[in-house]
Amino acid sequence: MPATYFIDPNACLHLQHDTCQICVPVCRSRAIDFTQKPVEKELNVGAVIMSPGFGRVPDEALTKYSYGKHPDVVTSIEFERLLNPSGPFAGNVLCLSDKRHPKKLAFIQCVGSRDLGCNNGYCSSVCCMYAIKEAMVAKEHDPDLDITIYYMDIRTQGKDFDAAQKRAQEQFGIKFVRARVADVMGWNNRLKLTYSTMAGTHSFESYDMVVLSVGLDAPKSARELAEIGDFELNQYDFCKTETFAPLASSKEGVFVAGAFQGPKDIPESVTQSSAAAGIASGLLKKQRGKGIVLKSYPEEKQLAADEEARIGVFVCHCGINISSVVDVPGVDKYLEGMEGVVYHAESLYSCSQDAQETIKQKIKEHNLNRVVVAACSPRTHEPLFQETLKDAGLNRCLFEMVNIRDQCSWVHANEPEEATSKSKDLVRMGVAKARHIQPLAEQTVPVITKALVIGGGVAGMTAAMNIADQGFHCTLIEKNDTLGGNLNRVQHTVKGEKVPELFKQLSAKVKKNKLIDVQTNTELASISGFVGNFHSVLKTAKGKKAEENTIDHGVVIIATGGREHRPEKVLGAPITYSDKILTQQELEIRLAGKGKNRAPKSVVMIQCAGSRGDDLGYCSKICCTNAVKNALKIKEINPDYQVIILYRDIRTYGYAEDAYREAREKGVIFIPYEMDNKPKIETKAKRITVSFFDPILQDEVAVSPELLALSVGIVPEGTETLSKLLKVPVTADDFFLEAHVKLRPVELAVDGVYVCGLAHSPKPLDEVIVQAQAAAAKAAIPLVRGSVSVEPIVSHVDKDLCIGCGICTALCPYQAIQMVKGDDKKPKAETIIASCTACGICASHCPTFAISMGGFTNEQIFSQIKAFGEEKEE
Amino acid sequence: MSQNGFKPKILGFLCNWCCYAAADSAGVSRYQYPPNLRTIRVMCTGRLDPTFILRGFVEGADGIFTGG
Repeated sequence: MPATYFIDPNACLHLQHDTCQICVPVCRSRAIDFTQKPVEKELNVGAVIMSPGFGRVPDEALTKYSYGKHPDVVTSIEFERLLNPSGPFAGNVLCLSDKRHPKKLAFIQCVGSRDLGCNNGYCSSVCCMYAIKEAMVAKEHDPDLDITIYYMDIRTQGKDFDAAQKRAQEQFGIKFVRARVADVMGWNNRLKLTYSTMAGTHSFESYDMVVLSVGLDAPKSARELAEIGDFELNQYDFCKTETFAPLASSKEGVFVAGAFQGPKDIPESVTQSSAAAGIASGLLKKQRGKGIVLKSYPEEKQLAADEEARIGVFVCHCGINISSVVDVPGVDKYLEGMEGVVYHAESLYSCSQDAQETIKQKIKEHNLNRVVVAACSPRTHEPLFQETLKDAGLNRCLFEMVNIRDQCSWVHANEPEEATSKSKDLVRMGVAKARHIQPLAEQTVPVITKALVIGGGVAGMTAAMNIADQGFHCTLIEKNDTLGGNLNRVQHTVKGEKVPELFKQLSAKVKKNKLIDVQTNTELASISGFVGNFHSVLKTAKGKKAEENTIDHGVVIIATGGREHRPEKVLGAPITYSDKILTQQELEIRLAGKGKNRAPKSVVMIQCAGSRGDDLGYCSKICCTNAVKNALKIKEINPDYQVIILYRDIRTYGYAEDAYREAREKGVIFIPYEMDNKPKIETKAKRITVSFFDPILQDEVAVSPELLALSVGIVPEGTETLSKLLKVPVTADDFFLEAHVKLRPVELAVDGVYVCGLAHSPKPLDEVIVQAQAAAAKAAIPLVRGSVSVEPIVSHVDKDLCIGCGICTALCPYQAIQMVKGDDKKPKAETIIASCTACGICASHCPTFAISMGGFTNEQIFSQIKAFGEEKEE
Repeated sequence: MSQNGFKPKILGFLCNWCCYAAADSAGVSRYQYPPNLRTIRVMCTGRLDPTFILRGFVEGADGIFTGG
């Protein structure tokens, strides 16, 4: 959705019928110009990134469920809008037919996905999770709502997604029914949904509302783009790419990111976009910095130490967001005569462009040296106003923001008087603080333009290559004696690509690259410093001895990977691994060998062995595809060999669904099992017997296969030690926890530290490669900049007052205060500004008040508290 | 409390990263709550010196809320 208003050409009277044009004169900013016409422009570029997103699934996938015929059948995208507070019913879930509150609601999964009927053979990957999310939000709105999700397989393979599904089921009481929905039709005032279960029974159920979980189709413009860009599409009209170069289109220099590469969710799209930008930046590194226009600011006005505060206050209406509740003119009037306030005014939208101009103008006109804006949240808008201050020649810290929208008008909508009086109090407190705010200097710290990559598997090698491609030096350490990690074992991908070849090429490139220093048998012993300035001690094993050396670097990429988890018990049965009972990876190696009897005549594969609630709480994402891959390999060796796969949900998401379909076509037998009726494994002498309930036969079945293959999960390696060394958090499952799950998927909570590969979460090879490219791209940002800037609100130690007690150093959670020798040779605390997060723990504990926090000084906070207690006579 | 007409004056110290953010999202979701709270944003509740709280009471707060 565009951030600004735009004209819908299909609805515009002027564009359709050449009339109206009312909008032109009423727009105060004169932003509407109907004379504008599309123009063709020619640009010379070195690389192109395609990110057109996804398209709509064909209508016939929807109409068969009465979509378009009955208003209470909606798509998930429409339902998301219904749930939105700014949606058509202000967030209330209402039936579109008669605006009643629905009591019963159903979601139908796989609409337009996994459906050859509309040529969408792939799985859209995101629908299960978004349906669960929408169902939970709907339940939050209306706890009595009865929600059922009809599904084929619940594909919550993403990081921590299974936990969300569990919560939906257990905490929210959302029902999950494995069934195919035959049709939906109007039935009196309601909808009748007919479905069939695996047992072959047909049932129907009535609902007030039905939500179709629509899949992600290729964008409408795909073929046109492919023609213009001269690159190939895959059979589903998405951009065609290879597993080993997941973002490269068939045309050199043309890259793809997001859903056009294949259906995916937000974190993966964000990861891909970073990765694509990084690859392009590597290609264009010779041009780096060219064509950039730096913004210039007027010289900053210096404030004399005793200069009297001249405060300007702007009280925002925010359209009607504030003024429909708070008496904005009353608040403005309240400011009259307040100490230090020399100018005050109302503003319709204080964040608008023209309001910025007004603020700048008033700063000059009234010689303001402090600005207070009473509007929304500083968390979202402070940077905008600070920029305006800079434009007006004021230090950006001479600004204070008062939140009278998010924390006032919006939350006291029914108490206008109370909200107005709260606004006055908050404004008074803000002005009191503003009287004491001081300019703070912008601070930057130089960066050591080198990277350290920990882990020499495919993630580490890819990240190192990308750092080097961008022109930076990189040290790649690997604890084993050779590079490769899991690549030493993986034989081929589900598409049939040969992994050892990728490995050979990649490791040769890494070893040959002069910018990459590979150190095997090496581990990180300790690390200190902060973004741009890390100092690491590396320990290299040399025979029985260990050698240590120190390196300096600006960033760290963690690519420590993971390995197969070998559970001692599977489904309650103790497991002794042998040539009869092995893991999928062992089976894969055996199948890739040359032995005559490498493929078993009969095999039972057990999915989720030790995962999803057993030893490991989570889904390892790749095991279903790996099982299908091995099953297909066995069928390739001998189509008569029997393969039975016992599963909970087959999670061959994305294009792997094609392989799943192929496996079924080739006679691989897939049988689901439930956790309350688990398969039983018995081993007597050398005979393995697996008995399970077949939901199609509706009977117990026992088979004695030649071989039992366990689809075991993935566990991270060494995250515990490393998380302590680097002070970065891990999840409950011991994977590294990213800084923001959706928007900062490869960054960690500590600046300058990035993660990729299995250390982040289990994922297939192509996703590991993209994530490594993304981590390298992000890590290159401080290296390219050459310096890191620090928010000026960090702590500052007054060395004259400091007695060197060291309490602050001990308490600082970020190691951001160090003891140095002062001029008087006594120990003094000193802030490492690049590491400081401005939390203020040091300042609140300093016994001599030697530490002050920029923008949050004792004086400022005390003045706010004092103003809290004062009530100004009106 | 509302029955006997007592309207407490509450002073809140809100951590920028969690409670202040949560108070913003409460607004975005239009959750309604009593209008007795006056807030001071800090970058972390670790910033709170115990004297801030005592001073709050001195200035007439009936209660102090720290959210972090």
